[in-house]
Amino acid sequence: MSSNDQYEAGDLCETQTSLRINGEAVTVKIDPRTTLLDLLRETLHLTGTKKGCDHGLCGACTLSVDGERVLSCLTLAASVDGSEILTVEGLADKGNLSELQQAFLDHDGFQCGYCTPGQISSAHAMMQEHARGDLSMVSFEGTRDEVTTGRMELSDHEIRERMAGNICRCGAYANIVTAVHAVERGARR
Amino acid sequence: MNLFQFQHATSVEDAIQKVVATGGKYLAGGTNLVDLMKGTVEQPPALIDLRRLGLTNVVSTDEGGVLIEAGVSNSAIANHPLIRSQYPVVSQSILSGATTQLRNMATAGGNLLQRTRCPYFMETGFEACNKRIPGSGCAALEGFNREHALFGGSYKCVAIHPSDMAVALAILDAVVHVQGASGKRKIPLPEFFRLPGDTPQIDNTLHPHELILGIELPPSGFGRHSWYLKVRDRHSYAFALVSVAAGLEMNEDGTIRRAALAMGGVAPMPWRVRDAEESLVGKFATAASFHAAAELALAGASSLSQNGFKIDLGKHSVVRTLRLASSGPQSR
Repeated sequence: MSSNDQYEAGDLCETQTSLRINGEAVTVKIDPRTTLLDLLRETLHLTGTKKGCDHGLCGACTLSVDGERVLSCLTLAASVDGSEILTVEGLADKGNLSELQQAFLDHDGFQCGYCTPGQISSAHAMMQEHARGDLSMVSFEGTRDEVTTGRMELSDHEIRERMAGNICRCGAYANIVTAVHAVERGARR
Repeated sequence: MNLFQFQHATSVEDAIQKVVATGGKYLAGGTNLVDLMKGTVEQPPALIDLRRLGLTNVVSTDEGGVLIEAGVSNSAIANHPLIRSQYPVVSQSILSGATTQLRNMATAGGNLLQRTRCPYFMETGFEACNKRIPGSGCAALEGFNREHALFGGSYKCVAIHPSDMAVALAILDAVVHVQGASGKRKIPLPEFFRLPGDTPQIDNTLHPHELILGIELPPSGFGRHSWYLKVRDRHSYAFALVSVAAGLEMNEDGTIRRAALAMGGVAPMPWRVRDAEESLVGKFATAASFHAAAELALAGASSLSQNGFKIDLGKHSVVRTLRLASSGPQSR
């Protein structure tokens, strides 16, 4: 993000922002241009959340705000003042990996690993969405009853569509689908 | 990104007053505006944040329709029980666009106000874009234009409106509720968007400072017979080359009582094709009636150097959408 002369001349535009990040209260004074992604990485040194494209195209920066997955690169931190943030650092329980994190390891759900925090944060929210009956574009290939009730199987096709916002340049997609399926079925090998 | 003032609005009136006072812009989900600000395509002196206004409900109206308040997220619209049961084509269109992450952020009002994704508009490295810099020319006319308009463009601009949701709203005769410094008004969707003409920098008929409060959908008879088809370069997470929203009301004898048909990806606004709609009335839902409607739908198309393929693609898309609306998985 570029700064300009007006900013360097003073801090007139700083805004105070309070967030709960992985359960911990944080209050910071920030330039209003600061994205949630940059606040986490540059100010709070929570570098689990990754910056890929910085334009909302790749999903590497996915995290949850008030329980819903969003792109932190397009979220102004000042805008979500007062919100509850869940990053990939908040998924493990006292050093024990979450089921989903373990499944990504067990099923080789990554190669270089750069997109992985975004993939796991996204999949974490996606499984909650499916469990509460949220639809995807693919759901309309099912019955009208399934669209109304939201009770549809989390098929490979559904997983791929629901995870379409997370790009993996290594192409680990097949194993990501397997990892998600493993958790979904509660039958991790 | 240039520096701007940032303020949370506490009420609709407060938001309007703050935008009047600062000359700033309303910030809702930010998925489009923040991105455009990063590239300095948009350089507002202030952002007035709407997140604390509420306006996050989908409610039944006295007329038997629904009002989608402006701040409802695209995901929440698509998954709302009233929308799924009465207006499934709205759910389907929204879920055909972007990704869950973006739909969780983007709002109903912002969806209508999103700018075109024409690359000459999005990238300030290109000198000519009448929408970005009035009078600078249109680089798409002689440049990369395979994604551009078949209908409604002008010699000043051939950009398309990128919304999927708006195409579904078009067949439902949606009405946009707005409020400005001088009060409230209601704008039927076809009058909300405008064609570029000589002033492509203006996308719609909102007055300066006006704020969208909600989108009203009248009662619809298309519940069982509607479909949204989106055709694009990759199967998910891409803008439409062509999309079609269709709604049919069927008589008991199997003939069509009423049809509504709109296309996306082909014009600066959702493109209703009324001749095609009228041609279907009284006909049986057969391939022959659908092909005849498709010919009428694309009859006025005028192609640029690279987008002629969208005429044929459009015809096939209309036929397929009508088939899925009349007898697809959701019709059983």
